[in-house]
Amino acid sequence: MAMQTRLVEVRQKVLKQNDVVARALRQRFHDDGVFVVSLVSSPGTGKTAFLERVLAEVGKKHRVAALVGDLATDNDAARLARSKMPVKQIITGTICHLEAEMVRSALDGWIDPAVEILFIENVGNLVCPASYDLGEDLRLVLMSVTEGEDKPLKYPTIFNTADVAVITKIDLAAAVEFDLAAAKKSIESVRPGMEIFEVSAKTGAGMDQWLAYLESRWSDRENSKSKLRESESHPNDPAAENVGLAAGAV
Amino acid sequence: MHELSIAMSILDVAGEEAERLNAKVVAVRLKLGPLSGVVKQALLSAYDLARESSLLPDARLEIEETPLIVFCPTCNSEQRPPSIQQLCCPVCGTHTPNVISGRELEVVGLEIVDGYANTAG
Repeated sequence: MAMQTRLVEVRQKVLKQNDVVARALRQRFHDDGVFVVSLVSSPGTGKTAFLERVLAEVGKKHRVAALVGDLATDNDAARLARSKMPVKQIITGTICHLEAEMVRSALDGWIDPAVEILFIENVGNLVCPASYDLGEDLRLVLMSVTEGEDKPLKYPTIFNTADVAVITKIDLAAAVEFDLAAAKKSIESVRPGMEIFEVSAKTGAGMDQWLAYLESRWSDRENSKSKLRESESHPNDPAAENVGLAAGAV
Repeated sequence: MHELSIAMSILDVAGEEAERLNAKVVAVRLKLGPLSGVVKQALLSAYDLARESSLLPDARLEIEETPLIVFCPTCNSEQRPPSIQQLCCPVCGTHTPNVISGRELEVVGLEIVDGYANTAG
């Protein structure tokens, strides 16, 4: 007996489950007044060293906390804990990226409601994290001067989904003959218009500019929230447009 | 390598629809963009592995690759950039981050046989 097949139209994002959790997280962060910054890079770019410095500096002014994802160890959380700020490790096991649900369950019963800025350090990986929205406001992609100027061209998707780029280990630039202009050109090519910062977590070079930028993004969000309270309108807020990129909006 | 978890999500999405329709799924149609972060060949291999132990062991995966399209503010029109490494207008060269199409990772259709329940469904 021949089977009669027919086509039915469906429109479902494959990662809708993640997207649903991420959307709920974003709403919760918004309601609780938490500004969320996620960090993605290759292994060894210096996310943890960068974050250690950022936590210490931002922690002087704001209540901060950090979630950090790794496959196996809690070494990074132990390092970040030296900043005396609340830090929690998410051990992903064999999973090469963080998903919204991992963030949600890590936050439960842990995050202090008074936290103003939450950092989420993803697993070191420039491929898989691109597909997963974590409910963040700002997605930061980092590359170090030792990785080569064409890194963005090799991993265009992750750079494309990010909102801001940070070039780390800038103190080593001369030693490895890093061509900053070429690196910036690569970033501009895969994600036109993205802001780029150059920092050294070791010497502190460039950190002031990055911290000023973070502060301005945080206060933009605070202002948009008070505007929101006045008008209760929201969907086409221009400030939300960049955020949509972090969400991997289709 | 996250294609296996993507493949399992595809089967979940298709399985839910099949249950709702009370139908057997013979094919799942997927739109996949070059900026989705998913590699077609890796996904096809992972999918074959995942479907064996799913509720839809007979459902093929058909992938439609979508083009990369950006909006060029200078030409005021939709354009196809040279590659995902160069998000610029091929006509005037303006760089633009405004991606119209290319991030798709969506189930867009199912080929079904009515009245059949899926294996364990």
